[in-house]
Amino acid sequence: MRGFLTLHLGRTALFLITCTSVLAVFLIFLFVMRESLPFLAKFSIKEFLTSTAWYPEAVTPKFGTLALLVGSGYVTIVSIIFAVPVGILAAVFLSDIVSMKIRNIIKPIIEILAAIPSVAYGFFAVMVLAPWMQQKFGFSTGTNALNASLVLAVMALPTIISVSEDSISAIGRELREASYSCGATRMETIFKVVIPAAHSGIIAGIVLGMMRAIGETMVVWMASGNAAQIPQPWWDLSQSVRTLTATIAGDMGETEKGSPHYRALFAAGLLLLVITLCLNMVSEYFLIRAKKAGGKH
Amino acid sequence: MKRLVFSLVLLALAATGLVRAETLQIDGSTTVGPIADAFAEYFMRTNPGLEITVKKTGSGDGAAALIDSRCDIATLSRFMKDKEFKAAVDHNVFPVAHAIAMDGVCIIVHPSNTVTALTTAQVRDIYKGNIKNWKEIGGPDAEIVIVSRDTSSGTYETFHEKVMNKEELAKNVEYVNSNPQAQARVKTTAGAISYVGIGFVDAEVKALKIDGIQPTKQTIANGTYPVARPLFMFTNGYPKLGSTVFKFCTFYLTEKGQEIILAKGFVPVTSY
Repeated sequence: MRGFLTLHLGRTALFLITCTSVLAVFLIFLFVMRESLPFLAKFSIKEFLTSTAWYPEAVTPKFGTLALLVGSGYVTIVSIIFAVPVGILAAVFLSDIVSMKIRNIIKPIIEILAAIPSVAYGFFAVMVLAPWMQQKFGFSTGTNALNASLVLAVMALPTIISVSEDSISAIGRELREASYSCGATRMETIFKVVIPAAHSGIIAGIVLGMMRAIGETMVVWMASGNAAQIPQPWWDLSQSVRTLTATIAGDMGETEKGSPHYRALFAAGLLLLVITLCLNMVSEYFLIRAKKAGGKH
Repeated sequence: MKRLVFSLVLLALAATGLVRAETLQIDGSTTVGPIADAFAEYFMRTNPGLEITVKKTGSGDGAAALIDSRCDIATLSRFMKDKEFKAAVDHNVFPVAHAIAMDGVCIIVHPSNTVTALTTAQVRDIYKGNIKNWKEIGGPDAEIVIVSRDTSSGTYETFHEKVMNKEELAKNVEYVNSNPQAQARVKTTAGAISYVGIGFVDAEVKALKIDGIQPTKQTIANGTYPVARPLFMFTNGYPKLGSTVFKFCTFYLTEKGQEIILAKGFVPVTSY
């Protein structure tokens, strides 16, 4: 009887505790929706998504988030372009090339990267990277898209390396040995057999890294320069950009509660939430596939 | 039993402590925050048993807190907006303003820049993107890097009102989120222009004369320097004479209070 009670009591308690985090997700969604819906009802959604004019405190305020969306996309994509090759190669190195002993030293050190507070990265970006870029490349401004992307790339690395390394390690010995027995070299085995076989896990790692980059606030707020513009020409990384997250963090403090500006910031938050939700679903899909693929061997 | 008595005694002590301690809630501007903090520290040191909490959430939040009677004193780096005033009166709160100090907003450039004086119209043209190179206004041939404070800061509001006439800034203007960051950007960027409170001007950046007037404590306090604003504490009605709130809101008149204001980089409201 006592065993029965404790079993069920324990189960219910654990169930309720688990529910709180699920509940938190729903409540956040509800709250952001509630605060942003009045804005979406009053202002044109088309203008919100397609105008580049973000002048929330002007006499006739304009709430166009296109430049901010592009800014977010810009730093995210460029940082991923930097981080992916480095991340995958590092993962391969850790799983297939280096000895277990050295791997056990290097991996925790890489994971420390994830533990450094983002404001410390931001400080480094403003005080070291920005002046260095101005002197080295002659950029007129050092806090720009390139600066933010580089720092975000470093921040996304631990996620990409960890998840990729796990999935590459999960590919069994059999596959590698089969490849060697066919006469393939180590490089051929890594690039033509191991990486393709682990692609689901690697993609999941990249998407998780992207989510880290797109949701990051403090670093981009400090390093990107926060000019609400789309760079002209579009490939010019030395210009300042402004992201959705930085806009929300920077503007929220002094806006009047319930004002259109306040609601517009929540609408921007909703936009961000939808984007990360989509990315999350993509990464879930690939993680599940990676698990299935791992199970087969 | 012993333990029970002990905890009861502790509880009783805590209760009397709670009753005796007077508390003061202060909420509002991040600009006025350092002054309020220093005032609070002095008050708590000289009045044991007095508990003061200072929140720095922004002028808008400060006004909202006063309206909801969530604070005794709201600190604002601007005057209350019409809407806020109306909301306050609707909640039976009658805001009274105490101008406790002046904040001079200095336009700063890199020390190597040969430009030493600008007019407000020229600064406005730079921030609107009409003047793009320092040589157009007698400086070196270098692109101007325009740095502004974020649009929700009190410093931005003053600048936007006094210099920009509330006109829109160019799209390539960069935004930073604190006075030290604005100062750091100008210090490390030869072509940069920005603006900060007078307390953040040091030897590593150069403050420009505006409309022929050098920003100094005198020109800011007597109102001749054009880019300056008063800083406020707001209370619900004029505080009862002799009360702690009254002492706190008039502390800026005392020698110690003015010393603190100067030390925090602001200008006391005096005319001597």
